[in-house]
Amino acid sequence: MFAEFGYGILVVTFLVALYSIIAAIYGATNKSASLVESARRAMLLTFPLITIAAISLIYLLVNDHYEVSFVYEVTSRSMPTYLKITAWWGGQAGSLLFWSFLLSAFASAVTLRKWDRDIEFLPWVIVVCSVTLMFFLGLVIFYENPFTRFWAVGGNVEPHMFAPLNATLFTADDGRGLNPLLRHPGMIIHPPMLYLGFVSFVIPYAFAMAALITGRTDDRWIRLTRRWSLWAWLFLSFGLVLGGRWAYDVLGWGGYWGWDPVEIAAFMPWLTGTAFLHSVMIQEKRGLLKHWNMILVILTYALVIFGTFLTRSGVLSSVHAFANSPIGPLFMAFVATTFIVSIALLIWRWPELRSETEMKSMLSREALFLLNNLLFMSILVVCFWGVIFPLISELFTGQKVTVGPPFYERATAPLFSALLFLMAVAPLSAWGHSTVQTLGRSMWKSAVAAAAITITLFFTYTKTPGALLGFFLIAFILLVTFQEFWRGARARQKVQGENFFTALSRLMGRNRRRYGGYIIHISMALMAIGILGMESFQTSTQGALKQGEELNISGYTVKYRELASWDDKGKGVNFTRATMDIYRNGIYLGVLNPRIDYYYDSQQNMTIPGNRSTFRDDLYILLVDWQPATNMGATFKIFVNPLVNWLWIGSLVFLLGIIFAAWPDRDPAEEPARSQVSRNAGHTSAAD
Amino acid sequence: MKKYLLGIALTLVLAALWTGAVLAQDGTPTDDEVNAVAHKLYCPVCESTPLDVCPTDACRDWRELIRTMLADGKTEDEILQHFVDQYGARVLAEPPKQGFYWLIYLLPPAVILAGAVMLFRSLKEWTRPKTVPADSGGEQGAASSPAKDDYIARVEEELKKQK
Repeated sequence: MFAEFGYGILVVTFLVALYSIIAAIYGATNKSASLVESARRAMLLTFPLITIAAISLIYLLVNDHYEVSFVYEVTSRSMPTYLKITAWWGGQAGSLLFWSFLLSAFASAVTLRKWDRDIEFLPWVIVVCSVTLMFFLGLVIFYENPFTRFWAVGGNVEPHMFAPLNATLFTADDGRGLNPLLRHPGMIIHPPMLYLGFVSFVIPYAFAMAALITGRTDDRWIRLTRRWSLWAWLFLSFGLVLGGRWAYDVLGWGGYWGWDPVEIAAFMPWLTGTAFLHSVMIQEKRGLLKHWNMILVILTYALVIFGTFLTRSGVLSSVHAFANSPIGPLFMAFVATTFIVSIALLIWRWPELRSETEMKSMLSREALFLLNNLLFMSILVVCFWGVIFPLISELFTGQKVTVGPPFYERATAPLFSALLFLMAVAPLSAWGHSTVQTLGRSMWKSAVAAAAITITLFFTYTKTPGALLGFFLIAFILLVTFQEFWRGARARQKVQGENFFTALSRLMGRNRRRYGGYIIHISMALMAIGILGMESFQTSTQGALKQGEELNISGYTVKYRELASWDDKGKGVNFTRATMDIYRNGIYLGVLNPRIDYYYDSQQNMTIPGNRSTFRDDLYILLVDWQPATNMGATFKIFVNPLVNWLWIGSLVFLLGIIFAAWPDRDPAEEPARSQVSRNAGHTSAAD
Repeated sequence: MKKYLLGIALTLVLAALWTGAVLAQDGTPTDDEVNAVAHKLYCPVCESTPLDVCPTDACRDWRELIRTMLADGKTEDEILQHFVDQYGARVLAEPPKQGFYWLIYLLPPAVILAGAVMLFRSLKEWTRPKTVPADSGGEQGAASSPAKDDYIARVEEELKKQK
């Protein structure tokens, strides 16, 4: 009953979305405010409707309705209720419904804003959101239906939405259960965060298209969507970080990022999104690069859909899987159509998007931001080509190839280094104009101090040239950024007579985006410490040990004490856990327990490392294998991951920075006017 | 003569010790030696997981094969080539630098270079002196002051405005 009900609601939602598109287009072209309002209400209606459909699915998941194929695939009786709920996005059909649910939530939220000054955007924002929503709902309704049920037809069990002739409903005793890898807390939050990031980038794109269609090509669309973009970036970044943490905790290969195509699929819109966040500032402050910002937002949207396509169509495993998957070609067609239409609109409005001012200097902030954009786009080129090359190779040569970490690491390392260098230099350049002398004068102290730190590290920590260069750049960024905080606060302190901390907090509070951006730069430097540590100094060893034997690695001694194995009937899991005594330079540090969990329902293993984490390094032990009969011998793989904790610390600072930047200002109305004045004056105020 | 005999005996003892040591090493390659080779391979089933950390039985068998080949005195290159011959180029962490596969290595730098040239030319075009608008007098003044002073001046100006 719930299955038919949920499906019926989805069909209704699809029709409502279709109506909102027709009403919005008709209303906009015939200047009918009431029709546009009707379209807006239809858009608003999609959210409660999809919510009801989602609740129906959750009801089926939680109550073990194994006649529903999706419920059978992703849950089992032994799973706790919260996991049954989160199993909603644990499979293809549910994920697509989840995507639609989030999109309708965001689209509804955006239609609820006050539209007074921007009412001409409204119908077109509705059209873009509804078209995207309809596409995903269409996939759910016609191809990946989470409400499909099992039917017994003449001895066979087949999945269908509605009963075939002479069929009876078939209910399995128990489900297959969620993939154990997806039961980790990181993996429960990771997909919603990524999807939130993906979906919220639809909003800036919708406004950009509305701006192109209406011909209102000033920077209003950017100002309206600035916070949407920041939140989208926050969610996407958080999703990527959680994915990394999840990989580190449960995938059992000692790392957090494997340049896997699925990871890169989420990373690509992040790259264009990041370039966009920097580039829009140039348009806001200087009225430049209007074409480029349009291209970036179009690319981001295309990559959001393309990323979902990559992970959902099966194309990554083989072009043949793509051809056989019903949704693969549809995704491809949708990405291509929206991209072509967007670019056509952009070409149509090209002459109206001319820059308002000229660029004055190759070292101005805007020029350096452009360089930053070039670097982000370069990384995108490497990632995109790396992801699609195996498919191209298969298509043209019939041979599939692997494009693995060595390719990406070699290609992106210089680009990331250049980005780090820019992160140190760009904050010191001024909008409008900078020269080598002005830049040099403001950065030499930080550069000298960073060099001194690097020399100290040369004598105390490492002699590897690449790592030393990395540490120099990181120190340079941190020093320059702290210097910026110091200089701003001191200037304010002098003028206002406030104490230093009041001056600092008021300065930051009034310039959220600038100082939020600096906090993000600091976080990037911290994350770079972790990445540098892993890339340059990670060590590993593996060995089979008998009880009492030990392995030595990077000053650590790991002694195998015992192994225990037991069943947890309630959870349907068998645990095998080793106890290892840890010493560093002869000093006893405690016990670590690497283990392997075997899930009976899905018949899959999960490798949980024993990890001891400090600021200096992580000692990360994996139980690889053991001899169950004797309990005497077991094989362990041990990693020492230097500095990796800084990656997680940096991630937290990163989130704080974005939240700080995206937090609503006390008086948002003040800002556009100020920027306008500044632009007319040729360069901007310090608040920018 | 005695000296010679002693010399020969010593050489023989040393040679025996050396051979013994080599045999002990080559007899059973350690997990780390196996993993050093396995890390450069990907099995066709477990995509995106290097062979040294892949937990599946198939990958375990591959690792044992590598161990056997190492014990037989095969070099790393020979072992990698064996897997390529058996399963195709996809077992390598990146495509071999030959024929069609050159595209993966050449296209990104070419595109990036083209982008850089385009950016540089556009910047040069945009910053040509003749394009400076009439109101550039104020700009020139601002430009001649150092970035640092310029920044502080802007903070102060901003604060005055807010007072």
